[in-house]
Amino acid sequence: MPEPTTDLSEATRSGPGRLLIAVYGIFALAATARSAVQIGTRFSEAPLPYLLSAFAALVYILATVALARGDGTSRRVAFVSCAVELAGVLVVGAVSLLVPDAFPDATVWSGFGSGYGFIPLVLPVLGLLWIRRVNARA
Amino acid sequence: MIAVLPVVLTVVALLAGLGALVMLIADRPLVLGSKPTTALLVALVLLEIGLLVQAVVGVVLLNGTDREVDGLTFVGYLFGPVVIVPVAVVWGLSERTRFGPGVLLVGCLSVPVMILRLTQIWAGHA
Repeated sequence: MPEPTTDLSEATRSGPGRLLIAVYGIFALAATARSAVQIGTRFSEAPLPYLLSAFAALVYILATVALARGDGTSRRVAFVSCAVELAGVLVVGAVSLLVPDAFPDATVWSGFGSGYGFIPLVLPVLGLLWIRRVNARA
Repeated sequence: MIAVLPVVLTVVALLAGLGALVMLIADRPLVLGSKPTTALLVALVLLEIGLLVQAVVGVVLLNGTDREVDGLTFVGYLFGPVVIVPVAVVWGLSERTRFGPGVLLVGCLSVPVMILRLTQIWAGHA
């Protein structure tokens, strides 16, 4: 059934989805640039947080691209990305508060994303809800 | 850094963002040729020109300063908004609902945030 698939791809990136992808795109850009600077200039200072930054950047890129593509497989990829992102922000947020020494330099997910207006915490929830809503139309 | 430009760009971005927010709330999609859309796009073109000027001036100032400034990050925040605004325009124009202006709102709001970080990095407390 090629037609409904195309419709759902379009549905994924339309309306609120287009807004969501815009925010994801900005985070993908910001996280990638930040991580590139960290790893390129001072990796040895804090390898774990910087690797985590790079991982977060990859997840944001994956979620952005998958949501923008929007077909069945992409929606599954986007769903997993958002789930990993939510787990990441919760775990890193908790660890950064409980064991501050583990994170000498902040990541996107430190303090539950407090350095980024808590958007990193809200974004994956909205992503998961949006994919669920599109899937419900299938 | 340059005293006025970041402030002017922040104001323009916030005004354009306000216009986009009004369109989002009033359920007015972007329609090429319509007055609100044209006004918004003109504001964003002016914003983009200003951001380009800021990027050039910023790089020149960075090269001229003796102080310790995180140069790479500074340049990132100079050119980040230069990239984001036109991409937001293209992405927003391909939407036929109120969320077209919504995309522009997001793009506009990212500009003051990045300018704020820019001035903080320039001042030395990155």
